[in-house]
Amino acid sequence: MARIDNSVEDKQVKAKYAGDTQPVEPTSVLLRELVAHLRQSRTQLREEWASRITEAQLLTAMTKDEIFAEATSVYDNYVEALETGTFEALQAYARNLSERIIPRGVETHEVVGIVLLLRDVLARSLFAKYQADFTKLNRILDAYEPAANRIANTVAVGFVQERERIIREQQEAIRELSTPVLQVRERLLILPIIGVIDPQRARQLTEQLLRGIRTNRAKVVVIDITGVAAMDATVANHLVQTVEASRLLGATVIVTGLSPEIAQTIVNIGVDLGKMNTVGDLQGGIEQAERLLGYKVVPLTATS
Amino acid sequence: MEVPILKQGDVLIATVQEALTDADLLHLRTALVKQVVRCRSRGVIVDVTSLDVMDSFASRTLRDIAYMIRLRGAEMVIVGIQPEVAFAMVQLGLKLEDVATALDLEEGLAHLKHKIESAV
Repeated sequence: MARIDNSVEDKQVKAKYAGDTQPVEPTSVLLRELVAHLRQSRTQLREEWASRITEAQLLTAMTKDEIFAEATSVYDNYVEALETGTFEALQAYARNLSERIIPRGVETHEVVGIVLLLRDVLARSLFAKYQADFTKLNRILDAYEPAANRIANTVAVGFVQERERIIREQQEAIRELSTPVLQVRERLLILPIIGVIDPQRARQLTEQLLRGIRTNRAKVVVIDITGVAAMDATVANHLVQTVEASRLLGATVIVTGLSPEIAQTIVNIGVDLGKMNTVGDLQGGIEQAERLLGYKVVPLTATS
Repeated sequence: MEVPILKQGDVLIATVQEALTDADLLHLRTALVKQVVRCRSRGVIVDVTSLDVMDSFASRTLRDIAYMIRLRGAEMVIVGIQPEVAFAMVQLGLKLEDVATALDLEEGLAHLKHKIESAV
């Protein structure tokens, strides 16, 4: 992150106010002056900000005490960023804050909203302080505005990046949840698939299954797709490839639970149905698998 | 690279230990069929556990070997195809149709035993 280039602004300030009779202060001095003012008026300005947040009905997911605590941290970080001109600390704080408030249901527009409100509250305070000297007020704002905009940007971007990171994590978690490979008998695996299968998930499924076949030395696998509403031709092809790859590892695959739509898709893509071993439902599939493995299930007491 | 072929009763076991060139594959084909004839074997196992890759030539040659051996009245089983190799093969459309496959040597022998006994 680059520091604000004060030397360029100093020249601009000098050029802008060349006609002034008063000496021109460099931006760095102005910044120090406004930071001192913001620190002095901290209590009052923070309170004003907090009440404006409530007025605008932002952060409704948080209690008043929580808003106050966060407001304090944000204010202090804000002023520090103005003072130092560096934004790493602010970025780190923004990410940390986001990590905490996103699970509470705080939205992007709320975070952007409160930062902009703080910007306004501080700007108004500067107007009030320097209202007698319009020229000086302009110079103060020249120093304040770029920094304030940078801060708003940093916080908003930090929040959004954190949200995206969480979404990616959740997507990964959902993927892993949905494809367990389960052993239900010696040499018999079940793969129950639920939800939407996209090509990436289909590929992951195949890899998991093949590894499962090798680890469990499975001879029969029942893939149940009752929980899959629809499948496009690409994914149906993946399924067929999974069956073929499993055979190369010496395992027979039985597919169960095909919906009418999926059955249609499979017929449409022209799969050689002689190669697809399918049974209506999971129960039927397990029963057939047991027969293939040489099991016979009999009740413990014969009913006569 | 010469593939070692061992005899275990009625069965020949050829263990591929590293990637085979096209010439090696053709040599294996000739050697296996010769051995089947000489030993009057009823079954052949080709163990490809050590192979990371299976290309179309290897796949076709293995299928040829299986057919040639079947003409001599013997059954062939390919064992030890690794998951990654199996996945790559089906994506390339190399299906090894009509060739029996099994997970490993133990499974392969069990399969052959069953096949040989039921053929009697």
